[in-house]
Amino acid sequence: MDRVSLVFVSHSADIVKGIKALLYEMQPEVNIAVAGGEEDGGIGTNAMDIQQAIDTVYTDKGTVILFDLGSALLNAELAIDMAGDERLVKIADAPILEGGYAAVVEAGFGSSVDKVVDAAEKARSMRKIPQD
Amino acid sequence: MTWTAEDIQHWLKQFADQIHEHKDELTDLDQKIGDGDHGINMARGVKEMNKLFDEKTFATPGELFKAVAMVYIGKIGGASGPLYGSAMMKMASSAGTQETLSDKELIDALKAGKTAIEQRGKASVGEKTMVDVWVPLLQKFDGSDVDWNAFSDEADELKAKTKEMHAKKGRAAYLGARSVGHIDPGSASSALFFQTLAATARERG
Repeated sequence: MDRVSLVFVSHSADIVKGIKALLYEMQPEVNIAVAGGEEDGGIGTNAMDIQQAIDTVYTDKGTVILFDLGSALLNAELAIDMAGDERLVKIADAPILEGGYAAVVEAGFGSSVDKVVDAAEKARSMRKIPQD
Repeated sequence: MTWTAEDIQHWLKQFADQIHEHKDELTDLDQKIGDGDHGINMARGVKEMNKLFDEKTFATPGELFKAVAMVYIGKIGGASGPLYGSAMMKMASSAGTQETLSDKELIDALKAGKTAIEQRGKASVGEKTMVDVWVPLLQKFDGSDVDWNAFSDEADELKAKTKEMHAKKGRAAYLGARSVGHIDPGSASSALFFQTLAATARERG
């Protein structure tokens, strides 16, 4: 089955490495690429790295990006602009870990890009401690 | 004056010198209200740009802007990389394949760059960002018969005005009212960008 792929963008290489490992355990059939940190090992994000990450997992089914903070969004948007209009790549406005968790589950079912984005964004309002 | 690719290269080399000279100051400003890496990031970007200038010559300003855009996007990183990089990219489109640019055409290219910064950063005037230098400066000087001394002074004043602003964008926005009293680092590097442009125009015009 063709599945939506995911790209995780963080200021820290360690954060996305950890997220990828965690989600692989959950759903190994969804392709995940990551872009984290600056090339010198420092903290930051970079549009070129994000573009490369998209390239490694992109299929016609599309790709969803999850990001951590501020400038990660600017660089993700720029990476999409540089790749051109014909690609189906969307950014989810979601917490990177909880949203990523929901996204990998939804993508595992073979859902569309829009449904994967939607699942990730719903994670924003999910309670983590059960209320009675 | 008439701007060749070489004149533009001269300007951007001066910009690189100024970034290196003010690297600690930019980082210091960013430590107060941001993530403390603006000087380091900008210095990394302009260093790589100088390397590019050593290796390659450019036939047109447009070609030069485009190559510099890719370096800024790839090497500056953070928010400044995509912002300065997107600006340079649009400046390249605006300059097209013309071999030289008049003052007016150069200012028009900078205006296209300004629009790219506003769109990419989704920022408006008064939010304590580099937009607070780019927008009012390019509104005031439309390119016909530019007084470059006034242009340079205005860039410096606009930078200083960000001190009293309350940050609405970027990491500084988390500080809220505590961001007041510090100059915005992106405005500080932008002032250097425009002041070195004015210095080149005075020197060569």
